[in-house]
Amino acid sequence: MGTPRAFGFEEGFDGLAEARLRAPARRGWGTVPRRLLRDRRAILGLTILGGVVLTAVFAPWIAPYDPSTQGPEMLLPPSLQHPLGTDDLGRDLLSRIIFGSRISLFVGITTVLLAAALGVSLGLVAGFYGRWVDMLVMRYIDLQWAFPNFIIAVGLVAIFGTGLANVIVAITLAFLDDFARITRGMVLAIREEEYVAAARAVGASDRRILLRHILPNTLSPVIVQGTVSISYAILGEAALSFLGLGVKPTTPTWGLILNDARPFFTTAWWLGVFPGLAIMLVVLAINFVGDGLRDLMDVKEYQEARR
Amino acid sequence: MKRYILERVAYSLLVMWAVATLVFFMMRAIPGDPVRAMVGFEADPQTVAQIRHNLGLDQPFIVQYLRWLLSISQLDLGNSIWNQQPVTILLWEALPRTLSLASLSFSIAVALGIPAGIVSAVRRYSLSDHVFTVVAFLGLSMPDFWLGILLIILFATKLQWLPAFGYEPISVGIWPWLSHLILPAFTAGTAFSAILARMTRSALLEVLREDYVRTARAKGLKEQIVILKHALRNALIPVLTVMGIAFALLLAGSVIAENVFAIKGVGRLLIESILNRDFPVVQGTILVIASIFVFMNLFVDILYALVNPKIRYVE
Repeated sequence: MGTPRAFGFEEGFDGLAEARLRAPARRGWGTVPRRLLRDRRAILGLTILGGVVLTAVFAPWIAPYDPSTQGPEMLLPPSLQHPLGTDDLGRDLLSRIIFGSRISLFVGITTVLLAAALGVSLGLVAGFYGRWVDMLVMRYIDLQWAFPNFIIAVGLVAIFGTGLANVIVAITLAFLDDFARITRGMVLAIREEEYVAAARAVGASDRRILLRHILPNTLSPVIVQGTVSISYAILGEAALSFLGLGVKPTTPTWGLILNDARPFFTTAWWLGVFPGLAIMLVVLAINFVGDGLRDLMDVKEYQEARR
Repeated sequence: MKRYILERVAYSLLVMWAVATLVFFMMRAIPGDPVRAMVGFEADPQTVAQIRHNLGLDQPFIVQYLRWLLSISQLDLGNSIWNQQPVTILLWEALPRTLSLASLSFSIAVALGIPAGIVSAVRRYSLSDHVFTVVAFLGLSMPDFWLGILLIILFATKLQWLPAFGYEPISVGIWPWLSHLILPAFTAGTAFSAILARMTRSALLEVLREDYVRTARAKGLKEQIVILKHALRNALIPVLTVMGIAFALLLAGSVIAENVFAIKGVGRLLIESILNRDFPVVQGTILVIASIFVFMNLFVDILYALVNPKIRYVE
């Protein structure tokens, strides 16, 4: 679609007209960070997350011990030398949890970025072009929608095998439908807006309309969903690792530390308590931020039941 | 109504076919040779050829696919590679455990979540509302397997009230059965319960603003009757819709709980067969889990139609 361009100045005119049309959608965005900082729970969440991100980045400098060095002091309860105790191989639990934050955050963020990129593209194309493209995409999404994300991820790991890369692929694919569904719904509504008709009238191409007019306006719910999905992705990775379906046993991750500790829960409670506490803290912080964003952007709360 | 139900049933069958097809193709999309992956690279070629033949992998693709559809329609899911047992028998042994666990955690979740939601809505912003809100938030943020671990540490190790692992069939006795399931049921049901509580709260708050509630109060009805008979009934309709999605969550929770508490249910079978690369069992288990979901979705759809007059009367 899109009318052929006859004059050279059209591009400039086009851009100017569009910039005006886009203005109302843009206005809301600039103030989001400032308004988020008025929400006490969101501030708490952001603070915790900031701390965890710093810990993950500077893990080698923060951790008191090497996370994989084994020592003779096995299964020690928390003490001054080992604030969170040691595991069955004499490794320092605090150091392992600090290094574990790297994988958790990495998996949580990459999977959601990938799932959002793929899902949003699918949703955009399906919603914008409609007809058989839409039908095909929707049938797939409906199929995936019938099953919980975690079960899909387990199924995919069953096929691809375990390991970090496969876990990322599995979680990404498992979360993709959420983004596609939301984006498609938004596109269907936005497609009918006047500014889209206006953009088309001034001769903007499909690509331009999709990327400059429709996409920016679908982003609020996508960002809210993305935030919540990061917490579910982190929970998912932890659960997969706990079941032995996650990353390789040499890398400390929170789920894997808990899996390794299974035989010792009854004798060494700290091995069961602290890694899970770390997971919960991060997930809670993300949920705080996500809730704050949801309130700010006025996105409906229909995603809560997905995990 | 009849037409609606028939449509839903047809759709469910279609989904089952799609899942079976997907499972078939994905099992064949496994990188490398699945037979080699199962028996290892040391196995002699004769064994490999034998297994390949037994699995029908030496047949043309389309023949394999049709045979696969035919055999699952006859409830034949092949044999386990590890212990040669028919997959259907393995599943038949595992199912009662999973269903016991799921129904108990469902009951616990409903018994806790809905009353908590009602109290939160009726006494909005009271202390109990705040407490329930915090608990629900924690319940949703807590990894379910970690909750299981904490329950084991507290109730099985420290207090020694309940067993930490295993399962006893109900034929042994109600208490042995129940005592083995209480902790896993809590583990699997917490997230579900938290969602129910939040949904009930917001749905009830919405309904309490309606005119007919005001009318009921104006008639001088007791507050209890207004809430339970007039408001709650309507508030539960949206709650019922999420139940379908949330029940799926409950089953996912059961997969985790079975693995934490070493209950040999369907979820444990799934994870064990994945770790053992026992593909016929993986395949069969995924199919069974998928059909449970499809059936549950169908059930909720029909239930929803029965409860909601807007759908019931469209004919």
